[in-house]
Amino acid sequence: MSKLCSLKEAVAGYVHDGDLLYCAGFTHLIPFAAGHEIIRQGRRNLTLARATPDLIYDQMVAAGCAKKLIFSYIGNPGVGSLRIVRSELEAGRLEWEEYSHFGMISRLQAGAAGLPFIPMNQTAAPDLEANNPNIRRVKDPYTGQEVVTVPPLHPDVAIIHVQRADNNGNSQIWGILGEQKEVAFASKKVIITAEEIVEESVIRSDPNRTLIPDLIVSAVCCVPHCAHPSYTQGYYDRDNMFYLNWDKITESHEATQAWLQEWVYGVKDSDEYWQKLGSETHERLKVEPAFASPVNYGKY
Amino acid sequence: MEATTYSSSELMCINAARLLRDGDVVFVGVGLPNLACNLARRTHAPNLQMIYEAGVIGARPSRLPLSIGDPTLVSGASSVCSMYDIFSFYLQRGNVDVGFLGGAQIDRFGNINATVIGNYASPKVRLPGSGGSQEIAAWANRCYIISPHQKRRFPERVDFTTSAGFLHGRVEREASGVRGKGPLVVVTHLGLMEPDENGELTLTALHPGCTEEQVRENTGWPVRVAPQLRRTEPIEEKDLQLLREELDPQRIYLKDGG
Repeated sequence: MSKLCSLKEAVAGYVHDGDLLYCAGFTHLIPFAAGHEIIRQGRRNLTLARATPDLIYDQMVAAGCAKKLIFSYIGNPGVGSLRIVRSELEAGRLEWEEYSHFGMISRLQAGAAGLPFIPMNQTAAPDLEANNPNIRRVKDPYTGQEVVTVPPLHPDVAIIHVQRADNNGNSQIWGILGEQKEVAFASKKVIITAEEIVEESVIRSDPNRTLIPDLIVSAVCCVPHCAHPSYTQGYYDRDNMFYLNWDKITESHEATQAWLQEWVYGVKDSDEYWQKLGSETHERLKVEPAFASPVNYGKY
Repeated sequence: MEATTYSSSELMCINAARLLRDGDVVFVGVGLPNLACNLARRTHAPNLQMIYEAGVIGARPSRLPLSIGDPTLVSGASSVCSMYDIFSFYLQRGNVDVGFLGGAQIDRFGNINATVIGNYASPKVRLPGSGGSQEIAAWANRCYIISPHQKRRFPERVDFTTSAGFLHGRVEREASGVRGKGPLVVVTHLGLMEPDENGELTLTALHPGCTEEQVRENTGWPVRVAPQLRRTEPIEEKDLQLLREELDPQRIYLKDGG
């Protein structure tokens, strides 16, 4: 059954005020276009979970969508801090819950696997554990040693950007895999945004590359360039210049709001956003193709 | 002959590269650690294996990655896996030899704060937080810290222990049962500090032209000097050339006031 719909319809149908939302992707494949659509539709009181909130959540926090953040690293990767998130946390206007990367993705792994909790070896660093009641200890029943545990994370809705998917939601990803698969299986609803919608036969020609199966997917949206200023491996490059610029833009409240006005509220969808970026940016983010050697699955 | 001139970042980067051994499996961070690893691989450690927390193994970046998840890390790598796999199968399992760390504060016992200045619940300055460093500090066999040598960065005690060094002393870390040996060397722009038998960071080497006095002035505790204080090897032109012409030609990470 085809689950194809517009991103606008998917957000309207599946993302509600007060939801726990996880927009997946570790640096790679961050679904910015979905974040922008959520801002345009005026969602409020969201709990935003991401290992690295990145610019997508800085923008959503700036637009007033969030009441709480769950994270493990709140930096602008390679640049510095996320100014909006940081100032909201320092001012006490945003709730937060914090883990190390391994703690955060272990919560997803537990959620994806249907486990009540997941153990990790100790790290000897006491302070995060002392400040987050979700991080606990149990005795390993086999050795008697203590292990650190975290509970599962079950987002209400996950948004996951992929290179290609079929109408049903079978989704293929290559390049950095981050926490995409774990987020998809941990969440109650999954929205897929894809650079390309392909025939089911394309997916079936290379089943090892399918990270997310149709059976857990609620909606499939064709959203080329969805990840800008993040990137899609093989499709377009990371816009490092924008990551540097965001640091400047967010130095002032006015400039931040003006940016949102121009680039989010002022465009109707991701196509218009991409066109507005202009040919110079398109050219700068172009990547030369580099194909993998084909594999032979054999005819059986 | 003209004296070789270099920045503080170049000095730290080259000295960090010297700590790496051929065949080491290194958990690499962006910035100076990434440059140090690439420099080592291009010089004395051609079989260095670079692992990135985004889930990339055997990376051969052909350009300088600005972020930890740059696409250049994937192209030509030997393997890609999920973040859960990289932290569990590689790091927790004990397959990582070296981890590089940095932070806003590093204390007398090599504990690192990358989380908060002031109180955690009502932060004065909120920093990015652990990312991968809590586990890297615990589970990599050897850890190296790179940081400019400034008093505010080297307090007696960190405000928040994001990553464990030797806690209040070596016995405390050993009693915790974590597998890694902890921070073995801190590379600063003045010299090297290494833990003594009690886990306290002591000055063990000075870079050419640097003095004990400078180290004392820029350290937040009465730093002890090892009985056999060494001088680090002078910086060689060929290393600088590799860094400047090939590894960071735009001087994104190499430029500084030094």
